[in-house]
Amino acid sequence: MKLLTGNDLKTGFVTWWTGADWSLHIEDAADVGEAGEAILAVEEAARRVNAPYIIAGEQTADGPRPAHIKDRIRALGPTVRPDLTLKPADPAAGDWVI
Amino acid sequence: MYKYDEYDQQMVDARVAEFADQVKRRLAGEITEDQFKPLRLMNGLYLQLHAYMLRVAVPYGTLDSRQMRMLAHIARKYDRDYGHFTTRQNIQYNWIKLEDAPAILADLASVEMHAIQTSGNCIRNISSDQWAGAAADELTDPRPWAELLRQWSSFHPEFSYLPRKFKIAVIAAEEDRAAMRLHDIGIQIVEKDGGHGAAFYVGGGMGRTPMIAPLIKDFVPLDDLLSYTEACLRVYNRYGRRDNIYKARIKILIHELGVDEYRRQVEDEFAHVKSLGIDPPKAEFDRIAAQFAMQPLDASAPDVIDRTDPDFAVWVDQNVAAHKVSGHAIVNISLKPLGGIPGDASSAQIDLMADLAERYSHDELRVTHAQNIVLPHVRKADLFPIWQALDAADLATPNLDLISDIIACPGLDYCSLANARSIPVAQKIAQRFADPLRQRDLGELKLKISGCINACGHHHAGHIGILGVDRKGTENYQLLLGGSGAEDVSLGTITGPGFDEDGIVDAIERVTDKYLSERTDGERFVDTYRRVGMAPFKEAIYG
Repeated sequence: MKLLTGNDLKTGFVTWWTGADWSLHIEDAADVGEAGEAILAVEEAARRVNAPYIIAGEQTADGPRPAHIKDRIRALGPTVRPDLTLKPADPAAGDWVI
Repeated sequence: MYKYDEYDQQMVDARVAEFADQVKRRLAGEITEDQFKPLRLMNGLYLQLHAYMLRVAVPYGTLDSRQMRMLAHIARKYDRDYGHFTTRQNIQYNWIKLEDAPAILADLASVEMHAIQTSGNCIRNISSDQWAGAAADELTDPRPWAELLRQWSSFHPEFSYLPRKFKIAVIAAEEDRAAMRLHDIGIQIVEKDGGHGAAFYVGGGMGRTPMIAPLIKDFVPLDDLLSYTEACLRVYNRYGRRDNIYKARIKILIHELGVDEYRRQVEDEFAHVKSLGIDPPKAEFDRIAAQFAMQPLDASAPDVIDRTDPDFAVWVDQNVAAHKVSGHAIVNISLKPLGGIPGDASSAQIDLMADLAERYSHDELRVTHAQNIVLPHVRKADLFPIWQALDAADLATPNLDLISDIIACPGLDYCSLANARSIPVAQKIAQRFADPLRQRDLGELKLKISGCINACGHHHAGHIGILGVDRKGTENYQLLLGGSGAEDVSLGTITGPGFDEDGIVDAIERVTDKYLSERTDGERFVDTYRRVGMAPFKEAIYG
């Protein structure tokens, strides 16, 4: 699967294209297939996302999972500061990254 | 410490107003990200892995308690309650919102600080010896020269778009505590025939092509220091490669031209530049230098330290250094607690260090390139209450220059350029060598970790260096031995095939075990390595 990701212009936070909007949560990410470039152009022009790009991922039982560790760290947060990730209460969240 | 004059303040205030307008236009959609990116980078604002990252300059690593408290305030109000001190004597905030950036820069300007030229192909923050003005072994305080270079390089119209970024260090002691020869220009204030001058080392650096800067001129009269620096830059700006980012640093130019030819061109350029009147009148330099002069310290202060508390005594032995004035000492505050993140400090810790500086260290602090903090002017009689306060805040780890005093870049946990995580490796190594007796038995051992070839973690200059790489989508770590960023400067050599995260920790333990079995009396790790060579270590690592 292919995923669209970027950063929120105002906050810089990592966001994921859901098919209709942008979400902070990778679980909401949609497979954009071959439509990524077209969506990216529209959304960036409208300033709904900053510095977007397309990545490879796979669908898992827990939802979409980026293929590269860099994007998995982007999706969750720094592995060395679980308290600052999107899942601070989940002790197993780091396993998803590695 | 240097205080802004009206020109300094006007420059910084004007830049804050300019950037506020640029941010406003970006948020309103009047300029694109492609147009905005170089503008934000000129103000130290990167877009990193999780959010915007702001890099704030700490000129030559020197700041006062008011400025330190402002760094805590920014962490608390605009970030997530912590900051990261870097190997360039700066501080970075990892969770900045674009809409807050102008307010942050205004707050910084209110205490004579900024983020200008902490990014981009310009002359970056001038770095220096963190013990400047206090070290027992220094010839003079190098910071007035660093400040002069700061003023000269700020918004320098000719050097704002160099082929690549440019880093300058200034020291004035034989012991190099600033990795001087691993800078684009390293300047060492030296003495000759009773007078002071500057030795110029040009073309050093780390990154993907590490090089030790060769000596270009052994003695430049201090009256010519700016002109000579300008000549060095001009030759680079004219001939440095702009067609290939990997060959754009001055070290590549000098390597390709040859040292003699580069020197010849610099001398020709200097003959012209000197006629331009760039060097300041003596009165102006004296005005700058006078601001670094301190109230004389009381040399009759008690020189004896009560070492009754054994933990305090260990900390004194490891983290306290000799001051040039009797009865005083230099306190090195380790930002490397066991299991912590090298260089990180919470806002409460930053505030505490500011309080201690104000009360005990003539209101001065230093940031070190090893990602620690220094209180440079402390009475020995005050060491115990300082230690007690630091200990209560998890800031009294007695590990300066030991194996757990690890330099580590933010790595893949924060940095968009990184290929592998650095911090977890540092934490695992620190845990493996947690026993303080074992660390002290190993002695001075500088371990440095970078998460990519850009070498922000100075892995080339580590007695033991680690480079994180991406091997088919998996983090892998190469091991280097024998580097040094000090006066015995050398570049580390890769041992062989890399390791995974746990494997690299095991490999380091095999290396240190081998060192213990090979060392002779008084030998540091790097001394033993240089004496016996790579072979026995390689045998220990790979069998």
